[in-house]
Amino acid sequence: MAKTFIPDSNPDPVAVPTPSLSTMHHEGPLLRNFRAMLMVWRRDIIRLFRMPTRIITGIAQPILFLFVLGAGLESAVGANGAAGVDYQQYLFPGILAMSVLTSALFSAIAIVWDREFGFLREMLVAPVRRSTLVLGKALGGGSVSVIQGLVLVVLAPIVGVSFTVASFFEMLFFLLLLAFSLTAFGIVVASRMQRMESFQMVMALVLQPMLFLSGAIFPLNALPKWLAVITRLNPATYGVDAIRRVILPQAAPLEIFGSVVPLWFDALVTLGFGVAMLALAVKLFGKTE
Amino acid sequence: MSSPAVEVESLFKTFGDFHAVNNVSFSVAPGELFGFLGPNGAGKTTTISILCTLLQLSAGSARVAGFDVATQPNQVRSNIGLVFQEITLDDYLTGAENLKFHAVLYGCPPSQVKERTAPLLEMVGLTDRADQQVRFYSGGMKRRLEIARGLLHAPRVLFLDEPTIGLDPQTRLHIWDYVDQLRQREATTMFLTTHYMDEAERCDRIAIIDQGRIVAIDTPDALKASIGTDVVTIQTSDDAAAREQIIQVLGVTGDLTDDGLRLKVTDGEAFVPRLFDRLDTGVRNVNVRRPSLDDVFIEYTGRDIRDAEASTNDKFRSTAMARGLRKS
Repeated sequence: MAKTFIPDSNPDPVAVPTPSLSTMHHEGPLLRNFRAMLMVWRRDIIRLFRMPTRIITGIAQPILFLFVLGAGLESAVGANGAAGVDYQQYLFPGILAMSVLTSALFSAIAIVWDREFGFLREMLVAPVRRSTLVLGKALGGGSVSVIQGLVLVVLAPIVGVSFTVASFFEMLFFLLLLAFSLTAFGIVVASRMQRMESFQMVMALVLQPMLFLSGAIFPLNALPKWLAVITRLNPATYGVDAIRRVILPQAAPLEIFGSVVPLWFDALVTLGFGVAMLALAVKLFGKTE
Repeated sequence: MSSPAVEVESLFKTFGDFHAVNNVSFSVAPGELFGFLGPNGAGKTTTISILCTLLQLSAGSARVAGFDVATQPNQVRSNIGLVFQEITLDDYLTGAENLKFHAVLYGCPPSQVKERTAPLLEMVGLTDRADQQVRFYSGGMKRRLEIARGLLHAPRVLFLDEPTIGLDPQTRLHIWDYVDQLRQREATTMFLTTHYMDEAERCDRIAIIDQGRIVAIDTPDALKASIGTDVVTIQTSDDAAAREQIIQVLGVTGDLTDDGLRLKVTDGEAFVPRLFDRLDTGVRNVNVRRPSLDDVFIEYTGRDIRDAEASTNDKFRSTAMARGLRKS
């Protein structure tokens, strides 16, 4: 990283006109909190574009999965062998979800990072509701991960996936929903963490099982019973299913006990999980020692 | 504004069986520069964290700007500014963006952010660097930006937790120039923690805090006067023997310190000739001076502030640190 060190110029303290500190406007608490939430959100967006390497590292793993794992396994499962579509096509919505899942959970790392480097305290002493901060963080992390996920959309033609305007926006909707929910979940995890190291351990124990058991990588309808049950208990499963269905209408949808899960149910579970996690995050976030 | 800016009564903060803050009471008048002087781990940051609503108190009560920290945390937060011990800026935001973030969180409409932040950036001499990311700032620049940020929302009480820690002497002096200017202009109440004696000297009143307790509280002059004596430090070939002899022949009990044998006497200049007259042990070095806050600290805690730091740190690590706390 190129760091330019700028020496402290140590200017002599200059007499400047008194900042009229008493003129601070205090508006309605709702508007204030809304603006504060947008500010917390904007900070995450600014940071993403100041650290472009984050985008690259965020998409490296999904690309590896799509082209290496995808091409390799496609030859093993044969044409239309994965839920009625080519495996690489099957995997494409999976890696979108994977990218969102990974970066949403890792966005929550930012909180542990902020705790370690002090910025969290700056937020916690501000006269805004804890829910404002949590909501801003969830929106920020969610947006960042959707931006990262969208970078992968350019790969769609390579694996023979095409979008209509409608399917693109449907996908965007479910990506946002999934990203928001998973970021809220990540905040819950992060708010109980004191140190970076423990977070990484949890992510390894949470992120990977959550990903593998979500249907992102293999179809869930013909699994052994124990595995089928676990995958249906995974809240990420429903978001992944929804994203795949809007992109690949010809792929077999998720079934529970032999009956097809409706799309609204996917949306409801994902949203419900997100809201529950958000509520829990607010509770945990507001706790002082 | 006649009510105290900060009012603390019988405050306790307990981690397990360790009393980080142990029955602390004091009050700070509006406009006062009040200092907490003590070694690291004495409970200064813990007390500040409670006053800033970052930590819950275990017992007692505390009011800041007239609001109860336990039951009215939001009103307290609106009325305080904070400069933390560690840097709490976002490195990847510019100086101006850091201020904007703060301004908006404290209720400033986005349209007014510029007019509010510009004079403060000017004051801390960062106008030219405002659009540069903070990670390219030097330590002193970061500190000045934080002070500007702490003042942005016109707090009634500004907390400065070791504001000059880790800065070079020149930058420290500059920070203090700003603080003095601010006091003259804004009459903001300032609550400072420090373990630098020269910084404590600048306060209107200081509380000496050691192992979670306030052992003395008064103006620096009154504290020094309370010792009531001059300090004579001598180095001899055998300090311990000299100490015994001085007790016997001169009736003065000295303290053995790293700097030599420290004696407190009413008239230092007159004492020294008598000392030479009566003492058999060879004196290598004599120093006579009026008491400093260092001496006050030793008088009230029985230890040098540096020694106190070493022992409280050990004790602190073995208790609070084990619970995953980062600082007191």
